[in-house]
Amino acid sequence: MAIGLDDDALTRARFDTLQARIRKAPENFLDAGMILEVGRGRRDVLRGAFVAALAALGGSARAVAEEAKPAGEDAILKLPPWSTSLGRPVAATPYGMPSKYETAMLRRQSPGLTQVAASSVSFMPLQGMFGIITPSGLHFERHHQGWQEIDPSQHRLMVHGSSDEFVRKAKVYTLDDLMRIPSVSRMHFIECGANTGMEWGNVAVPTVQYTHGMLSCSEFTGVPLRTLLEDCGVDLKKAKFVLAEGADGSSMTRTIPIELVTSGEAIVAYGQNGEMLRPENGYPLRLVVPGVQGVSWVKWLRRIKVGDQPWATKDEAVHYMDLMPDGQHRQYTSIQECKSVITSPSGGQTLLDKGSYNVTGLAWSGRGKISRVDVSFDGGVNWVGAQLQTPVLPKCLTRFNVGWIWDGGPALLQSRAMDETGFVQPGYRQLRDVRGVRSIYHNNAIQSWKVSESGEVGNVQIL
Amino acid sequence: MSRFFKSLALALLLGASMPAAFALDDFAAVGRPATPAEIKAWDIDVGPDFAGLPQGSGSVEQGQAVFEEKCAVCHGSFGESNKVFSPLVGGVEKGDLVTGHVAALLRKDFPARTTFMKVATVSTLFDYIRRAMPWNAPKSLNNDQVYAVLAYLLNLSDIVTDDFVLNDRTIRDVQKIMPNRNGMTYEHSMWPSPVFSGKPVKPDTANTACMSKCKAAPELVSSLPDYALSSHGNLAEQNRSFGEVRGRKTAESAPVAEKPTPLKIAETAGCLGCHAINAKGVGPAYAEVAAKYKGENASARLVAKIRGGGAGVWGDVAMPAQEDIKDADLQAVVAWVLAGAAEK
Repeated sequence: MAIGLDDDALTRARFDTLQARIRKAPENFLDAGMILEVGRGRRDVLRGAFVAALAALGGSARAVAEEAKPAGEDAILKLPPWSTSLGRPVAATPYGMPSKYETAMLRRQSPGLTQVAASSVSFMPLQGMFGIITPSGLHFERHHQGWQEIDPSQHRLMVHGSSDEFVRKAKVYTLDDLMRIPSVSRMHFIECGANTGMEWGNVAVPTVQYTHGMLSCSEFTGVPLRTLLEDCGVDLKKAKFVLAEGADGSSMTRTIPIELVTSGEAIVAYGQNGEMLRPENGYPLRLVVPGVQGVSWVKWLRRIKVGDQPWATKDEAVHYMDLMPDGQHRQYTSIQECKSVITSPSGGQTLLDKGSYNVTGLAWSGRGKISRVDVSFDGGVNWVGAQLQTPVLPKCLTRFNVGWIWDGGPALLQSRAMDETGFVQPGYRQLRDVRGVRSIYHNNAIQSWKVSESGEVGNVQIL
Repeated sequence: MSRFFKSLALALLLGASMPAAFALDDFAAVGRPATPAEIKAWDIDVGPDFAGLPQGSGSVEQGQAVFEEKCAVCHGSFGESNKVFSPLVGGVEKGDLVTGHVAALLRKDFPARTTFMKVATVSTLFDYIRRAMPWNAPKSLNNDQVYAVLAYLLNLSDIVTDDFVLNDRTIRDVQKIMPNRNGMTYEHSMWPSPVFSGKPVKPDTANTACMSKCKAAPELVSSLPDYALSSHGNLAEQNRSFGEVRGRKTAESAPVAEKPTPLKIAETAGCLGCHAINAKGVGPAYAEVAAKYKGENASARLVAKIRGGGAGVWGDVAMPAQEDIKDADLQAVVAWVLAGAAEK
């Protein structure tokens, strides 16, 4: 069978689970009263308790007699090689790598989405990530003209104005310069404006990696752009827009809202998760524009220009515009509105067995903090509040969890986030009523996963 | 006196008359003034008001020649190709030049959205072609060539006549007849201020946090067809083999390769950005290369050529020098190409 359940693997997994479950080690067999008595020196009590515990294991006197074949699983009773040998030395891998067993969590392309890999997307494996931080090596990629390896000693950042009235003194900064300026480190999500774009009209892809994987979250370190503009003598009363430009072949440009510069939120970043940015993410310098779609976070940042007109660059006048049902394009749509998704269980997965599960996922908003997340198991008829995991930060991913006992019946899982402005993530009906189905960008609809009786989870859309 | 104290003294001296927004040279000996030549070298953007537009001109005819030589491999001779990128040209009607709205954007039977159907500002096209095209040699066109290529594209879209010459003056007339020039709206809440819309705009959806009996029943309108389950490989391998779930087996596992195949090396090294196995791309197809050198011992020659770059054998688009690929990998790729570039 080419498609469908991997029967063998699943049976094996269920058997393993069962094995691990039924043979309990005789721990916690002392109740509080017994512990007190043992503490007072009554060892005969302990001896009696041992016999009772072994009896409870199911073998009574027989269990004691059959010492040759003790009850328990080999994973415990037979010591594995890693418990009985010398391990490897420090710095065996000077830059540490994931375990050799971690082969599943990789960035992946979505087949058929683009024709050329240098102008494409790789998606982050949301289905197996924990917490909120994306490991730098798994950060999603979107390049318009390939990625470059830039020599940091040759990299320059130029700051200037459309004219002298915006910036009095055009300046050039090296990495040496930028790293001497007091820095800030902040955690923010970055989401491509086209994330979930394949699903505007109907279900198109099987897993959360492909539906929502143009999303990542890192701690970024750098200098607030405002600090640099002030250092160049900016007139923030005259300035209305900022142009950011990359040093790569595409020299990609985007018009940046001055509001996020004056607020101090926009950062000229060199650090990502404690180390330098990865080349695929803009090494050695990128712009961080919290809450705004990823295309504005210009990578390999080489130039900042201040003016009072938007630039209508290619990626804001040909792409990254939202086509409305009346044929008009919404231009300069930038903020990523409140959104959430359950990452496990999610599409393409199979539940092991009936019983307890942790339903977990991510919520985020380009307008601030997440204030709550609700989860439905019946396709949105009834909802329960999920637990928000700390930290809950503005314009940052927030992890949510909720316990669930799967009774083996069909279920429709959804999550619905609300942000601190009171805005509630829309459903597909609400979104399509206003924007139709051809927008491509900014699909923040409630995602639905259908759990069937077999335990298989599939991608569905619910109105 | 250090620069910091100089600026401090200056600031104190001028303190009363200086606008509060100015705080020049905050950090001593950090950064330096940009020279006029440096600003000129990088300040290449052209906005909708044509600020920054350089002098120059190019005719439709000149543009056709440049386009055929440098652009057609990806975009097709008439900007119509969907092979590598979305089509540039098509979907524009004569009436659109009058209304400034592309009518085809409303047609459900016309799913394509070409560049000329969408773009409202001709400055965008000039700016982008100059900074980023051709794709494999960005910024290699001179200003006259940029004008010429744009003139040719405008002609293909029936916006200008065959004898049109685009220059830094006529481009302003073109803006007045751009087919989708009135096709933009700023009535949305997704910019952090009302600078575009002129007034605050509320978000366009207003869901509520209803908790129980929110609807009679869920209406399931779309689900993934079975045949699409395997379109993204074996999902079992895209999930861990432990934890609360397993990935569904949706395809047979690919055999584990001992070392990367030459095809994989070529992909990783970026060769496939310009070369395809059987189809001509920016560069020749590998099958063509294999056929040309069949029976010759061309291995060393090709290795040197890839390493050092070259032009003229397969047309005028230059093959850039490939300095990063390892010797062993390069030799493996060349041997594989000469052997016929098998895909498996």
